[in-house]
Amino acid sequence: MTAPVYDVVVIGGGIVGAACAAECSAEGLRVAIVEAKMIGGGATAAGMGHLVVMDDSEAQFALTRYSQLLWEDVREELPGEVEYDACGTIWVAADEEEMGEVERKQRFYSERGVAVEVLDARALAEAEPNLRAGLVGGLRVAGDSVIYPPCAAQFFVDRALQRGAALFVGKAVQEITLDGVRLRDGSVISAGVIVNAAGSWSPSLTAGVDVKKRKGHLVITDRYPQFLRHQLVELGYLKSAHSLTADSVAFNIQPRRTGQLLIGSSRQYEVNDTTVETGILSRMLSRAIEYLPGLGKLSSLRAWTGFRAATPDKLPLIGPAVAQPRLYLATGHEGLGITTSLGTAKLLVDQIVNRTPKIDVAPYLPSRVPAHG
Amino acid sequence: MAETVRLVINGVEVTMPAGSMVSAAIMKTGTSVFRRSVTGEPRGPLCGMGLCFECRVTIDGEAHCRSCQTVCHDGMDVRTDE
Repeated sequence: MTAPVYDVVVIGGGIVGAACAAECSAEGLRVAIVEAKMIGGGATAAGMGHLVVMDDSEAQFALTRYSQLLWEDVREELPGEVEYDACGTIWVAADEEEMGEVERKQRFYSERGVAVEVLDARALAEAEPNLRAGLVGGLRVAGDSVIYPPCAAQFFVDRALQRGAALFVGKAVQEITLDGVRLRDGSVISAGVIVNAAGSWSPSLTAGVDVKKRKGHLVITDRYPQFLRHQLVELGYLKSAHSLTADSVAFNIQPRRTGQLLIGSSRQYEVNDTTVETGILSRMLSRAIEYLPGLGKLSSLRAWTGFRAATPDKLPLIGPAVAQPRLYLATGHEGLGITTSLGTAKLLVDQIVNRTPKIDVAPYLPSRVPAHG
Repeated sequence: MAETVRLVINGVEVTMPAGSMVSAAIMKTGTSVFRRSVTGEPRGPLCGMGLCFECRVTIDGEAHCRSCQTVCHDGMDVRTDE
């Protein structure tokens, strides 16, 4: 058997694969990236690009916080088209119960060193004058920010290329073999380590990966500078986004550097086509208009969809695959892959080179979930 | 219905026959730059039938209104090139 041409072959040129490739190449590894369609064209292009610290679980907090700090480190190097905007998040409370959630979040984040600020009804109205009257308050997380993910993915691919990586775009992987990947055109890329970063498509290449497609819709408006200042997310989001079965919508909107508004979000299981569905789209927009009545008069330019890679416990899979030790997974990032791509890349490389990671990897190891047939 | 309507375009009062489109009123003022593209290039009406979106202006504070599809009314405040 001849020596492999590459140390690592990364399957998937989404933001997770791109970040992993950049990190592997920074480590001095010889990297190949294989992308079936286009860089950053899958879930990366259907993510909002909200770099957000989350508190759903300790493990989710650890990875989002670690990743957010990595984004801060790289921020100055990001090209203009990545549209980094430190707009912050406001979690919006519509009733007293949700205000209780604001207080819980305030304690959680403060105890862990994340700067947050509780807003009462008046402060919320001052921060976002286009929100409807009658909201109870909110929590401002000033350190959260927004990027344009496809260009960020391209930036990390370019970094990998500058460090000598090879890029195979328009090449679909037929199968993962013991010593690399076989492409659909019959050619073979041999590598010491294979990384499956194919997002919601990862189970089609690695049997037993418990990742399901979770469809989402997005709408982008024309340019309305000043309409919105922060990314706004309703706290009802916590109830709807975590349901593992029912279709759901939630108010989630962000201002773009262009003055445009990016409106989410919807979540659907068991839907495998990319069609924009008017039923759930109109539910999603109605929800947004409930919070921002003025939104109804604005013009939208485009609606599109994508698939989150969802896992049963809402944490990504980062580390050796159960069945094959030289195969690593970097998938299952659900709605947080833009944020957690950078932490994922660090944790992946640390495991490949056998170095102790900065945060505990145990919650993200693929071996934590039982493999399915 | 009045024979004419009076509206204000970029602070200048304009009188138009009732039923006129805002795009016509703007052109009457000699303005050709209705809006700017993302890169700052001047834009004005192209199709005149609501499809190209090049004639967008701000009407009564509402941005991105198609002037070729909006009928002038009394007291309307129109701003171009914003």
